[in-house]
Amino acid sequence: MAPKLPPQHPLQHSTTAAADGQADHAHHASPKGIMRWLLTTNHKEIGSLYLIFSLIMFFIGGIFALVVRAELFQPGLQLIEPEFFNQMTTMHGLIMVFAAVMPAFTGLANWMIPLQIGAPDMALPRLNNFSFWLLPVAFTLLLSTLFMPGGGPNFGWTFYAPLSTTYAPPSTTFFILALHIAGVSSILGAINIVATILNMRAPGMRMMDMPLFVWTWLITAFLLIAVMPVLAGVITMMLMDINFGTSFFDAAGGGDPVLFQHLFWFFGHPEVYIMILPAFGIVSAIIPTFARKRLFGYASMVYATAAIALLSFLVWAHHMFVVGLPLAAELFFMYSTMLIAVPTGVKVFNWVTTLFRGSISFEPPMLFALAFVVLFTIGGFSGLMLAIAPADFQYHDTYFVVAHFHYVLVPGAIFAIMAGVYYWLPKWTGHYPHERLAQCHFWCSIVGVNLTFFPMHFAGLAGMPRRIPDYALQFADFNLVSSIGAFFFGISQLIFVLVIVLCVRGGRKAPAQAWEGAEDLEWSVPSPAPLHTFETPPVFHRSHHGD
Amino acid sequence: MSGGSYYVPTTSWWPILGSLALGVMMVGAGVKLVYDTGALLMLLGVVSIIGVMGLWFRDVVRESMGGLYDSQMDRSFRWGMGWFIFSELMFFAAFFGALFYVRTFAIPWLGGEGEKGVSALLWPDFVAHWPLLSPPDASVLGPDQVFSPWQLPLVNTLILVTSSITLTVAHEALKLDERITCRNWLAGTVLLGCCFIIIQGVEYYEAYNHYGITLEAGIFGATFFILTGFHGVHVIIGTIILACILVRICKGHFSTDHHFGFEASCWYWHFVDVVWVGLFIFVYVL
Repeated sequence: MAPKLPPQHPLQHSTTAAADGQADHAHHASPKGIMRWLLTTNHKEIGSLYLIFSLIMFFIGGIFALVVRAELFQPGLQLIEPEFFNQMTTMHGLIMVFAAVMPAFTGLANWMIPLQIGAPDMALPRLNNFSFWLLPVAFTLLLSTLFMPGGGPNFGWTFYAPLSTTYAPPSTTFFILALHIAGVSSILGAINIVATILNMRAPGMRMMDMPLFVWTWLITAFLLIAVMPVLAGVITMMLMDINFGTSFFDAAGGGDPVLFQHLFWFFGHPEVYIMILPAFGIVSAIIPTFARKRLFGYASMVYATAAIALLSFLVWAHHMFVVGLPLAAELFFMYSTMLIAVPTGVKVFNWVTTLFRGSISFEPPMLFALAFVVLFTIGGFSGLMLAIAPADFQYHDTYFVVAHFHYVLVPGAIFAIMAGVYYWLPKWTGHYPHERLAQCHFWCSIVGVNLTFFPMHFAGLAGMPRRIPDYALQFADFNLVSSIGAFFFGISQLIFVLVIVLCVRGGRKAPAQAWEGAEDLEWSVPSPAPLHTFETPPVFHRSHHGD
Repeated sequence: MSGGSYYVPTTSWWPILGSLALGVMMVGAGVKLVYDTGALLMLLGVVSIIGVMGLWFRDVVRESMGGLYDSQMDRSFRWGMGWFIFSELMFFAAFFGALFYVRTFAIPWLGGEGEKGVSALLWPDFVAHWPLLSPPDASVLGPDQVFSPWQLPLVNTLILVTSSITLTVAHEALKLDERITCRNWLAGTVLLGCCFIIIQGVEYYEAYNHYGITLEAGIFGATFFILTGFHGVHVIIGTIILACILVRICKGHFSTDHHFGFEASCWYWHFVDVVWVGLFIFVYVL
């Protein structure tokens, strides 16, 4: 393939359409100032709201993590009470999962899916705004539990019963209600995304023509619709056990605490794929762009994503190897979990093969995407170790598990989000992000991430339990390194904010096709994308994927 | 695909007011449950939610009647409603899953079955059985007896299945533009929905007063009430939806080929019906 592709214009009319759009909407006299943001139905504005919200929550969740790491800086109890330590680990997990990573991906979906499929907006724009505004309500309520009598949730983000029922603080009821609101938001947002993708594609765009970010989000949205209601069900049972004397998770009345774990992980395992599949989509957009080659194996990427999603419903009990499952269950869940390595391996293979003999350049989005491929794969391999049931008896609830899921979530999901932000910032703002600062952010992040999480593998294998504020002296060195790394990583995220702020305010002007090798429809509209795009559907010319 | 006629609404107050209303209701509910006060706040939230929904749907109806929706918009609504019902199905799946798990695994294991008989040390006298009339621990009082499926539950099954048929007749009538017939059969459906709710209310009264089936009555009471309770809530919502559609029929809304509001409520009602059949089999009969 030629190292330099001529800029492609899958549609010819884009600039005129945008100009028409602006003329059409001049008379709408949409509200200005704060009202514009509160009442908007525009997918780009709602996308921005999601992204800003998630960035704020990323820092709040990050501060909780730093409290934890500060306490773990050295053995013994020095800064906080164990009770508060538990609240910090719990809230860190809950905020990062439900308020930072998930809304960030939904924000990217809002911004980019209509642009990538040539739609005028999301299918159900008012519902879209409703989905967003539920989030600040939900997480204000959740964060407020920290100030309630008895403190906030202190039972880990997985809120296992009976820790979260019989032995829980009074604020748990508010935690449940907040999670209900967040769940409604996720379900409605996912329904909107599915309707948009299935119904709003530009004429001529078949399913197998869609960019992979759209494909992965379609499958993610299906997962969300399938499992968020199960989460709603299980927290409702908690609510009943706490407030109405039922015995769902109480063996005295014939229930079973293990039932909680089954229901939770039936939600929880697809949930972890909800947090990674859109990341696969982003990386699958960025790597071909900066390798200046087509994505290798487009169709196999789609099938691999679908396979991962389907398998995610059959592996939940690998989180429960030590609760006393029957042997047949241990074996089934061990093998089904290992099976996921196959489609995931297909993906990694395709990314690497896309890079092979490419004409690669290392702009910030590409740096994060490449780091994703390497570090996510490390997280995948430690996951494979954890999948082995007899080995998991040793690793379970140690820092090895913490290392594993932070590798797939921080340099996995979050690096992909950052890659996506750097990749699409020129489209959003019309300016390129500051190259030097973005590079600096990348290198600080990658050093910080590995400094923080790599030693946790060793601490875990040596037997350090997770969620404990104190530890035996032999773990002191690993924890010291982790804590230094965590503060380094946390502080370097301020560079990220600086880059975004600078990019919104100005910088080198970006053309419509901001990256030389970028091919999808979003690069055919001007940068910054005007408020309304594709009001007349573009005619999609099949130029890249498929046949 | 349409030629650029897809309707994108301008700004709207209802989404943000709806979120705030839901927040008020949840805070009220939490304060009520934890501190036993704040019922008024919850009520305010509920009333606001109903108000916002009413205004929101009024906008949608007006836009639809105003001809702003093309066939592509119609498909968006169809996908939206379809996936919403799928999410509801998964909500009930969690409760059915809990019931199956308890009956298949948890209770036999509590009774000492299998190699993991630890609980046999806690409650050596416990005998596994279903319906669970005597829970493992003496501190939990089980139900005195359970319902025979062939009395009120069977009546309710017949009512709900019949209501699905009457609703289909009403729908066919609408498609033939026989509006009076449609109105009558739809009114009949709403009436059957009300009958179901009343009979379910009688059954709950019986459960608490004569059968000893309560929320506190161990896992049988818990699964019984969470399944029938959420189903009952859905019947109530479905009946309200159908009543609103009835009002719209009387006002002359809908045309023979453009009536997704009607169809969506039919889908919802059939879904509620199907869930009941599952309930009848797994909660009452088996």
